Amino acid sequence: MSKKLLSVPYLFWSALFIIVPLLMVFYYGLTDKSGAFTLANIAAIASPEHSKALWAAVRLSLISTVICLLLAYPLAMILCNMKVNHSSFTVVIFILPMWMNFLLRTLAWQSLLEKTGVINSILGALHLPPLQIINTSNAVILGMVYNFLPFMVLPIYNVLVKIDANITNAARDLGANEVQTFFKVILPLSVPGMISGITMVFVPALTTFVISNILGGGKILLIGNVIEQEFTQAYNWNLGSGLSIVLMLFIIFNMVITAVTDKDGEVSIL
Amino acid sequence: MKDVLVDLNNISKSFDGHLVLDELNLYVRENEFLTLLGPSGCGKTTTLRILGGFEKPDKGQVIFSGKDITNLPPNKRQLNTVFQKYALFPHMNVAENIAFGLKIKNKPKSYIDDKIKYALKLVNLDGYEKRMPDSLSGGQQQRIAIARAIVNEPKLLLLDEPLGALDLKLRQDMQYELIRLKNELGITFIYVTHDQEEALTMSDTIVVMNQGYIQQIGSPERIYNEPENAFVADFIGDSNIISSTMIEDRLVEILGARFACVDEGFGTNQPVDVVIRPEDVELVSPAEGTIQGRVTHLIFKGVHYEMEVMANGFEWLVHSTRMVTPGTEVGIKVDPFNIQIMKKPESEDEEAVGVNE
Ligand SMILES: Nc1ncnc2c1ncn2[C@@H]1O[C@H](COP(=O)(O)OP(=O)(O)O)[C@@H](O)[C@H]1O
Ligand SMILES: [Mg+2]
Repeated sequence: MSKKLLSVPYLFWSALFIIVPLLMVFYYGLTDKSGAFTLANIAAIASPEHSKALWAAVRLSLISTVICLLLAYPLAMILCNMKVNHSSFTVVIFILPMWMNFLLRTLAWQSLLEKTGVINSILGALHLPPLQIINTSNAVILGMVYNFLPFMVLPIYNVLVKIDANITNAARDLGANEVQTFFKVILPLSVPGMISGITMVFVPALTTFVISNILGGGKILLIGNVIEQEFTQAYNWNLGSGLSIVLMLFIIFNMVITAVTDKDGEVSIL
Repeated sequence: MKDVLVDLNNISKSFDGHLVLDELNLYVRENEFLTLLGPSGCGKTTTLRILGGFEKPDKGQVIFSGKDITNLPPNKRQLNTVFQKYALFPHMNVAENIAFGLKIKNKPKSYIDDKIKYALKLVNLDGYEKRMPDSLSGGQQQRIAIARAIVNEPKLLLLDEPLGALDLKLRQDMQYELIRLKNELGITFIYVTHDQEEALTMSDTIVVMNQGYIQQIGSPERIYNEPENAFVADFIGDSNIISSTMIEDRLVEILGARFACVDEGFGTNQPVDVVIRPEDVELVSPAEGTIQGRVTHLIFKGVHYEMEVMANGFEWLVHSTRMVTPGTEVGIKVDPFNIQIMKKPESEDEEAVGVNE
């Protein structure tokens, strides 16, 4: 009884800030300006401009996810092999930037990468050719990797530390060398961590508009930017909501696919 | 010696400045069932890990079949380990677990399939090929761990408290199965346990360890009947350990009374420790006894009664099938060959030092 009472504020909160907005998105997405039911806002994804933005977002977030995975896995392994007191120190060092505001961090990269920014001033002083990366897809990928890397490292680190040393010892004992032990035992056992890491990087990267705005300089139009502009510039809430629904369905579809492919069904999000 | 399989030579190992093994010397013969027995923390697992290659000794060599393997990695050693907590691969089914070592060695599929069948039969788990480890009971997981090790036909099998997590009944069944397996396979077993009964039941040879030192090496009978020091006597079964004086050969003074014994060569009027097993203490009428006392406690233990007798200031532990009610005045008699005399350690240090070289 008292437990139920305790959950009331939470239920109220989720109704107000999750359910209601979601219903509103669906309402706007499935109606036109006059309030009549329509599927036009959903179908709008098929227009060349919108589908191009969606595929651009998919492409950049996939590349970022792969880079994050390749960087995060060795990093998580190094963290795991550290002595306990060292590793907690390193984890803190690693998480420290995450305590800073996301926008601030991205703006910092902008001023670093700008044509007349910090990096190019240094390169210029050294008589080296300037780095021309700002306002390109590469800058956006860099921003995504930088911002989302910790979300890949932590879940992988979490599964790796839980692997019993005796299990890897058993593999060595049965004749496997270090490489074989990695591919036959450690890697398969860390799949759940990789899957939650992939989800936690891919989804925010797919929907971001801040990173592409700041580091893409308006030249890189992702689906997130398109939706944002519908709300803030075109004031077409119906189209913005319709495209959001498509994006949501796309993400859910992908998560179901990964959950099914992962035969243990362990999609644990952190 | 020709048939020595493993020889540990002056092995020392310390962790963070704390000495865990101090100049350990031990050899194991081919086909022997050798048990390392000792209280928790005495260095048994460390010894096994050094044999398995998971730990490098600070000093000394591991000789296997005449070759120095001290620096060989675990995967290059012709031995297999059964780990304390089974350590099955959780993402593989039973058949894949058993096949692991054989696949690494690129054995043909038909050979592997035969081996899996054979090993499962050997551990009484036919038909379990497709089960996942987490769907098995502790005892079944343990058998799979054993099957996974023996299909590789190791010369030596290391077992670290493999039955520690099982309940009593299952543990006894598995003890018999392990003995049967060993006899069928003709593999050398090095077995670690802190359970003295288990050690006495299964072993050809018992190595009693304490604080990184070997206290005594011998057959179960010898360890039980002729413990070489108070630690071994105390650790292996219940015993009365009494500080006494050796008057002369074959005569010892225990708690002021003189007992005939069979030991010689301890000198005259020398302080010694005497071990008398509770089942060797005879309760007779006060007139017949060498010492007189009074029964203070009585507990029924199933096979026998356990009594405590206060006599000459010492609480004697007595096991007997005959009950004597508390309060009764009794005499204590001990047959000369049931009195085990041990040299008194001259210092704390010596108590711990290996007695047996
Ligand atoms: N990796 C290690 N690091 C530090 N101390 C250890 C390590 N392994 C074992 N020890 C210490 O060595 C001693 C012996 O341990 P162990 O060989 O596991 O004993 P047993 O198996 O007889 O219980 C213990 O005091 C233990 O704390
Ligand atoms: Mg141990």
